[in-house]
Amino acid sequence: MAESKPKPKIKKEAESMPKQKPEVRRKNFDEVALGYSEEQAKAEASRCLQCPKPQCRTGCPVEIDIPGFVKLFKEGKYEEAARKIKEKNSLPAVCGRVCPQEEQCQKFCIMGKVGEPVSIGRLERYLADWEREKGTAKDVEKPSPTGKKVAVVGAGPAGLTVAADLAKLGHKVVIFEALHLPGGVLVYGIPEFRLPKKIVMAEADYVQNLGAELKLGYLVGRIYTIPELLKDRGFDAVFIGTGAGLPAFMKLPGENLSGIYSANEFLIRVNLMKAYAFPFYDTPISIGKHVVVIGGGNVAMDSARSALRLGAEEVCIVYRRSREEMPARKEEIENAEEEGILCKFLANPLRFIGDEKGWVKAMECVCMELGPPDESGRRRPVPISGSEFTMDVDTVILAVGRTSNPIIQSTTEGLAVTKWGTIVADENGKTSIEGVYAGGDIVTGEATVISAMGAGKKSARAIHEYLMRRK
Amino acid sequence: MYEIVSKRELASKIKLFEVHAPEMAEKVKPGQFIIIIIDEKGERVPLTVAGRDASKGTIKFAFNEVGKTTKQLGCLKEGERIGNITGPLGNPSEIRNFGRVLCVAGGVMIAPMFFEAQALREAGNALTTVVGARIKDLLLFEKEMESLSDRFYVTTDDGSKGCKGLDFLKEILEKEKFDRCVAWGPVVMMKTVSDMTRPFAVRTIVTLTPIMVDGMGMCGVCRVTVGGKMKFGCVDGPEFDGHGVDFDELVNRQRMFLPEERLSSLLWETRGGCACGRK
Repeated sequence: MAESKPKPKIKKEAESMPKQKPEVRRKNFDEVALGYSEEQAKAEASRCLQCPKPQCRTGCPVEIDIPGFVKLFKEGKYEEAARKIKEKNSLPAVCGRVCPQEEQCQKFCIMGKVGEPVSIGRLERYLADWEREKGTAKDVEKPSPTGKKVAVVGAGPAGLTVAADLAKLGHKVVIFEALHLPGGVLVYGIPEFRLPKKIVMAEADYVQNLGAELKLGYLVGRIYTIPELLKDRGFDAVFIGTGAGLPAFMKLPGENLSGIYSANEFLIRVNLMKAYAFPFYDTPISIGKHVVVIGGGNVAMDSARSALRLGAEEVCIVYRRSREEMPARKEEIENAEEEGILCKFLANPLRFIGDEKGWVKAMECVCMELGPPDESGRRRPVPISGSEFTMDVDTVILAVGRTSNPIIQSTTEGLAVTKWGTIVADENGKTSIEGVYAGGDIVTGEATVISAMGAGKKSARAIHEYLMRRK
Repeated sequence: MYEIVSKRELASKIKLFEVHAPEMAEKVKPGQFIIIIIDEKGERVPLTVAGRDASKGTIKFAFNEVGKTTKQLGCLKEGERIGNITGPLGNPSEIRNFGRVLCVAGGVMIAPMFFEAQALREAGNALTTVVGARIKDLLLFEKEMESLSDRFYVTTDDGSKGCKGLDFLKEILEKEKFDRCVAWGPVVMMKTVSDMTRPFAVRTIVTLTPIMVDGMGMCGVCRVTVGGKMKFGCVDGPEFDGHGVDFDELVNRQRMFLPEERLSSLLWETRGGCACGRK
């Protein structure tokens, strides 16, 4: 008599992500999260219930068929599973690492109601890494050309998505990137230990394999304006994805002292220019013993953790609200604290004090308390008079936000712009000029990689329709 | 990759490169700059454009071999290539008929000033030109500059040629009435010239060379104070009203990475540089 096997019970907890130990990783720039093993990935995938009405998909800005790829993976069809993701997402190895899945797909996962949601992002990462290491990513079908030409301005998450989607449809795509490497914020902003640059390069290569041409060192607005691209250079449409690349400053006394970096400068030196490998790479960085980072977002976390790895004795994040209001991902705050980053909440700088050589040596702050909520819905920080105090610092990193780059707006007549300098576009990326589309941070202001990719996806669809409608 | 079409040594450690860059050659205007990056390990270095030839598809720039990157650049030969050049960057100079213009150029900046002065001359301006250097062997483009000028002066810090120092400018400013002054060169020189023209109320345009990384407004390391306001050298400039610039702050900020720059340069030297100067 055959014994009927009992149905295996589904684990309520997700497979945990193997990581470098905090005491080790705080001294190197290697990736912190090491990725699932095959066994772990299989175990995690087995937790997916294959819901008839999958809620996870509603949370994905680029519409990935999540149950579809998980099913293929469970069946052992790794290559097909990876392709299933790439049908919708051209940068899966990036998204698997930096997407805030807890706010998106995983937020809606039914398993989250009984325990932890399925780690969709980690599975996406596993498959994308598997495909890249196997080298199967290079085989792409070339569609028949439509004869239409599209200029994509900026090779960041939005631009690469638009370029990939339009190239897949047979349009001739030229990407104009102002920096000397593709990737935008993925390459200049997000540190190596969260997103290795070779992964970004591989994903940009994939977009080029699809047929998109990449021109590096072309600052549109200076070399060619948008009207010139349309009138003189033979482009039928333009997509603007120039991001939020301008650093905000605090307008405080002493802000121009040496040793005070914008987070953008600090991260560009460390990430894009690989200053952590100075002098083997030529770009220098100067890091002191006592580093403070002003701000509470992901950029502040990235800056603080980079400063620690560069050899600072002490790194302290100074944030004007309390921990609950910090905009950074929880996971990143935890990572930072594990590594030994200190946090000083409810404090705000008033001025920076320099030495006789113009180098910052101290920072005067004031303590804050939380008042009633402001327009962002968070409680407004209010200074407590008489609570001023001084901190000894020799490096300051200002991570207090980024705004849009004005070069394109100021050189494109007729392009509608908001009072914050972002470009006005509808939900499909259409701007005030015919044939000109925009998406990502240049439209929304500073947001996430995946929301920029989602905007890119919608714009690509709208551009395709526009091109095919137009004779 | 950008091919070096010709290479000229203008003076000791000062070189002029002509590089094949047809798209830039069509677009670049006097006052603008480019950013070069030699190879994948290289840093991004801003250099003012010193000329263009749209028919040949080339641009020119001069540089002084002071740090690791410029020394390495100076070792490249005709026919070799530079990894990446981004440009044109920055706002072009305002070029129109102002009337009488005083052009003061020092050191390596004489090369781009020649490009600027040609445009000013073509726009109908009468030019009084001053070229200066530390010593006479470091003077550049004397004949070329003189050919564009109604009045032409040479100055050296040590007096080895022409006038000694910049004091003589006061007499020129007293004798002649200028509608504009363009002063390009080392920070100390631009500060001195700005201080001298201020009492005569001659609008003085200086070009600033703060430290830059991206050169397109992203990093903010090039921030300078002009008229009490924070400006970015790369996107708001590189030219500013010399009478409003906080030159002392600029000098401090230019020294921010001095220890690292020295280390980098020293390592390059001890490794034998590119060995191009050896027999």
